[in-house]
Amino acid sequence: MTTTTAPSAPSSAAEEFEQRRRSPLQRLQLVLHRRPELSPAAVLLVAVIIFGLINERFWQPANLSLVLQQVAVVAALAVGQTLIILTAGIDLSVGAVMILATVVIGYLVSARGAPGWLALLVGIVVGTGAGLLNGFLVTRIRLPPFIVTLGTLNILTAIALLVSGGISVPGSELGGLLTFTGTSFPVGPFRVTTGVLVVLALYAVVGFALRQTAWGRHVYAVGDDAEASRLAGISVNRVLLSVYTIAGLIFGLTAWVLIGRAGSASPNAGVEANLDSITAVVIGGTSLFGGRGSLLGTLLGAITVGVFRNGLALAGVDVLYQTLVVGVLVIAAVAVDQWIRRVKA
Amino acid sequence: MSAPVGATAPAGQVDRGAPVLRAEGLVKTYGRVVGLDGVDLEVHPGEVLAIIGDNGAGKSTLIKCLTGAVVPDRGQLYLDERPITFKRPQDARDAGIETVYQTLAVAPALDIASNIFLGREQRRKGVLGSVFRMLDTAGMRASAEEKVRALGIQTIQNMTQTVETLSGGQRQAVAVARAAAFGSKVVVLDEPTAALGVKESGQVLRTIQELRASGLPVILISHNMPHVFEVADRIHVQRLGRRAAVITPQTHSMTEAVAIMTGASPGR
Ligand SMILES: Nc1ncnc2c1ncn2[C@@H]1O[C@H](COP(=O)(O)OP(=O)(O)OP(=O)(O)O)[C@@H](O)[C@H]1O
Ligand SMILES: [Mg+2]
Repeated sequence: MTTTTAPSAPSSAAEEFEQRRRSPLQRLQLVLHRRPELSPAAVLLVAVIIFGLINERFWQPANLSLVLQQVAVVAALAVGQTLIILTAGIDLSVGAVMILATVVIGYLVSARGAPGWLALLVGIVVGTGAGLLNGFLVTRIRLPPFIVTLGTLNILTAIALLVSGGISVPGSELGGLLTFTGTSFPVGPFRVTTGVLVVLALYAVVGFALRQTAWGRHVYAVGDDAEASRLAGISVNRVLLSVYTIAGLIFGLTAWVLIGRAGSASPNAGVEANLDSITAVVIGGTSLFGGRGSLLGTLLGAITVGVFRNGLALAGVDVLYQTLVVGVLVIAAVAVDQWIRRVKA
Repeated sequence: MSAPVGATAPAGQVDRGAPVLRAEGLVKTYGRVVGLDGVDLEVHPGEVLAIIGDNGAGKSTLIKCLTGAVVPDRGQLYLDERPITFKRPQDARDAGIETVYQTLAVAPALDIASNIFLGREQRRKGVLGSVFRMLDTAGMRASAEEKVRALGIQTIQNMTQTVETLSGGQRQAVAVARAAAFGSKVVVLDEPTAALGVKESGQVLRTIQELRASGLPVILISHNMPHVFEVADRIHVQRLGRRAAVITPQTHSMTEAVAIMTGASPGR
């Protein structure tokens, strides 16, 4: 028996051992656990390739630009929804908050003759206030977020219809600033709207806050284990209140994107946005149990939904089947999340 | 004072210097239930003080008073012989008293470094930190690694590993490392070995000894007599809301300690 002592680095040897012990599937689980946005990224990539192969019009810059414009509103709402779901909450009222802000803006301009900037500001304040109300009910009255936002969904939808009388205000009445988000400009072969830029900026700012600030870390910690966070000295209620309020602000801002996209301030535009925002977040790999996920994943999730709807339409598939496929995606995404969460040391 | 020159002072009465933390006549009642009935306690620099007692003897209530989780009805705390009052856990933490709760209080999905710095994150220097509030992630990782190494914890390799992928003993080590990293006065451990296997318990006990060696006093609550007798310098025996005795592993056997605990022996 030779007694050569091979020079060994203990840590890398330990890593090697870890690697050998794991099956490929377990390794995949570990990688996805570390980077939850990888699964929507993979799904998106495959979808883009396949839809392009089925109908090459899908790949045309004009079509891809259209997909981005179509998903902009839901993608923006999904930013706020992600924050809330990260805290293990849920917000069913996101679309209602946005629509309320939209009709308030329309009302101020058309019925009160307010300047566009002031109407927009008030709209954002209304959204923020609605978020604050949700947050107050969740943290002070201690009601479950599902119930609170189910209630505010109905309340705010009713108020929006009362304020607007069910009537849209056309873009021509709203003026340049409010419809500015609908204007587009070329970027290479693509056409990008200002609204899409606003949404991307939103992702950049909130993404930075989530990843790089103590606040962001506390959002994750509170969703992960609220009691542990409290014992670690984090004011759980303050974090939750800030999350719901900031989400409300985002929904108010999204009203601007919606007005640009729809070309009017309508109480009927984007009524399905409540659930669509949850769909985007879930497909984006954020866990409904809280504490796990990323904003990048949500962006990919929102685009994935848009790509499936657009790609399936171009492939000649009926709208009902598009909806069916999105439903399958949601369930698959949650199943993957459950599997990822079972990762072991 | 009155000890004759050359006489060996009995263990337990060795002059240990002024206590770091001292409690005097703590009373805490829950309605008609008396949780604490006038308890004294003192912890000296660089010692491990174990607290033992039957279920309901008031151990948890006692340390909750020391860590601000419960406000006593009567009695006074002294930190470095200065009177001090804790209204909430954060007050005690600010004063340098760190607690490892039995529930561990870690966020499983966050990595080790984030957990060690949870609730007291460090920001970058300059405008990035002050205006943009950016975290000093690299700095916190390096300093977390330093803390863990300083405690001689070998089982934790990578500070970016999430806590949920750690074993029970490793998690305990993270919680203890956090307490050790920020506890400047006292570290309180509530049943740290209750859920652990033999090997992992051994690791936690070694960590306690490392803490003591670094001069930081430790208060250890445990039902496990062998563990208590292995690491404790003094043992505070709690019984029916009172301190029945303070003994040492040198002067008393485990059987005697249990006898005091259960009231079979009067103690002292
Ligand atoms: N929140 C509370 N409300 C009412 N009574 C309480 C409360 N907390 C503790 N008590 C009572 O105070 C007494 C001391 O309880 P404590 O939890 O301090 O005991 P312990 O020594 O930690 O027991 P164990 O070993 O079971 O943890 C018990 O009679 C208990 O029932
Ligand atoms: Mg107890």
